[in-house]
Amino acid sequence: MDASVSPVFWILAAVIILSAIAVVSLKNIFHCALFLILCLFSVAGIFILLHAEFLAAAQVLIYVGAVAILIIFAIMLTTNLASRTIQQVNKHALTALFGCALFVLAMVGLFRQSGVWNWTQTALPDENVLTIGKLLMTKYMLPFEVVSVLLLAALIGAIALAREEKS
Amino acid sequence: MEFQLPDFDLRVMMPEIFLFLWALVVITFDLSTKRRSGAAVAYLAMFGLVITGILLAVAGTGAGFGAMFFNDAASIFFKVIFLGAAFMAIGSSFGLLRQKIQHHRGEFFGLILLSTVGMMFLASSNELLSLYIGLELTTIPLFVCAAFFKDNRLSVEAGIKYLIIGAFSSALLLYGLSLLYGLSGTTDLLQMRINIATTHLNFREIGMLPMISVIMLVAGLGFKLALPPFHQWAPDVYEGSPTPIAAFLSVGSKAAGLIAFAKIMINGLQVFYDQVMAPSDWGILVAVIASAAMIWGNVAAIRQANIKRMLAYSSIAQAGYIMIGMVALNELGMAAVSFYMFTYLFANMGAFAVVAIFEDTTGSTQISSYNGLAKTSPFHAASMSVFLLSLAGIPPLAGFFAKYYVFASAIKMAGAADDKSWLYWLVGVGLLTSVFALYYYANIIKTMYFTTDESPYRLSVASPGSAMVLIGLIGVLLFGLYPTPILEFAAGIPEALGVVVP
Repeated sequence: MDASVSPVFWILAAVIILSAIAVVSLKNIFHCALFLILCLFSVAGIFILLHAEFLAAAQVLIYVGAVAILIIFAIMLTTNLASRTIQQVNKHALTALFGCALFVLAMVGLFRQSGVWNWTQTALPDENVLTIGKLLMTKYMLPFEVVSVLLLAALIGAIALAREEKS
Repeated sequence: MEFQLPDFDLRVMMPEIFLFLWALVVITFDLSTKRRSGAAVAYLAMFGLVITGILLAVAGTGAGFGAMFFNDAASIFFKVIFLGAAFMAIGSSFGLLRQKIQHHRGEFFGLILLSTVGMMFLASSNELLSLYIGLELTTIPLFVCAAFFKDNRLSVEAGIKYLIIGAFSSALLLYGLSLLYGLSGTTDLLQMRINIATTHLNFREIGMLPMISVIMLVAGLGFKLALPPFHQWAPDVYEGSPTPIAAFLSVGSKAAGLIAFAKIMINGLQVFYDQVMAPSDWGILVAVIASAAMIWGNVAAIRQANIKRMLAYSSIAQAGYIMIGMVALNELGMAAVSFYMFTYLFANMGAFAVVAIFEDTTGSTQISSYNGLAKTSPFHAASMSVFLLSLAGIPPLAGFFAKYYVFASAIKMAGAADDKSWLYWLVGVGLLTSVFALYYYANIIKTMYFTTDESPYRLSVASPGSAMVLIGLIGVLLFGLYPTPILEFAAGIPEALGVVVP
């Protein structure tokens, strides 16, 4: 079924846009973090509509489970941050809005052109989680391994920066 | 469900695997000596880089892991540049070990090595996914290195600035890459070229989407290369970071951005550089950016009082000259770009090595502090002058031939194709701004030589940092007088990158 005609899609899309606006406009940073979680959850819903179950699971695990929780921890561990009101816009807000609007219009215009995405019109295989796993372990094994080197480097760097020195 | 592993040939990957393991050895060594190892850790890291260089020569060309890893003339040439940049950056770090870096020395050098592994992996990738991961592995360790003086406000600011700009540019690049993947249906660069050409036979149908993708790619890579208008981070980050890291950023990181640019834009997207695809032509876009880099970089450099900021603006301008060869997009152009990067390695790393020694001895990075340096430290003053003159492109130094070949390739291309006459303009801008550049480079030489004062500072000649200055000096003079072997090797690069001469 075409995802765009489903009423579920329109509900999810509305939730995504409204919660995203809330993230960048609310005065309390803790509320912003909660709306960010709602927004990311709804994106996972869109992935499910598109039959991309793996992406949906990864979205929930990584963005909701790890990134958003980390943000909430950071807010709670920073003194008084959760109860303070913050200013979300500065004098460049209108310029930024104009730039974003231009970008959205350009992208919408371009995506509406027909025939652009002809490479992706083949149907997804039913077991696309299996296919992704197989590709990661065969064709894309090398980049997959290099990602672990990358994580190691990030880990070492984070410890070197965050540790308190006693001299 | 059966698994079919790709043919993997670990032989060609030996240098990368070794350097990765060696980075862990360096960190473990520092830990096992209870962090008292001092300079030994830096010597260990440099030794590892030399061994990696030897392994690189032994490993030779070939493919490993199917299409994921490929060693050709271009990747070997750039890997030598990465290894040289890391070697000279670590070599000029000894002064920091005495005072500024008391903690986590192993991590400091280990992260430089890991970043080098990322660059080497990037240079060998022929595929979007591994290319992107290589680029991330290049930059993430450098965020940490830039902020390594934890008590210094400027250094922490440099680290955070580089992190945010890095994340932003990666996001842009990734968006561009994903559009490209959507358009071509493949992540393999060679296959992409074929697929896009096939689709483009019916150009009207595909619309302007490739253009947006190209703009995002140019912006994302423009941040990495510090090309205007994406260059503002460079002076702040160079000023705040430890000087050897600033040097490594300006040479190693730039070379990595350059090879990534060449791989995506030439290997994958050369079809856009063509009359048929004119709306998506990236040549004019990059040419405008390159002239902005040459003009703004050189003009802004004149006003700088801090030598690290001046070198930052100078490196922005140098990136502009390099991009002339890139947009000329003929065989001479790619060879010239590679040769330019090679000579830039010696001249810029050498200049930063002198700055590092001066900063370690005097604590100052102001140009005015160099007043009368020639009388007390003739070796360093003379070397600095040679490096700056090479950057300015004065014969018979290596930088002159680099500029000459870059300009020659553009003129040749402009003469060969009627619709490429704008390349003449680019060369004109390049020649004109070279004159500006000479002014601020010569200004430092004037400060060091033409004064009656005597500098209160005396720089030590017997130090590892001075050895790096000597290496730079030999490189600039030797490859200025005898560039033939490097040029001969570089001549194989256009073919490796798949440059098709129309």
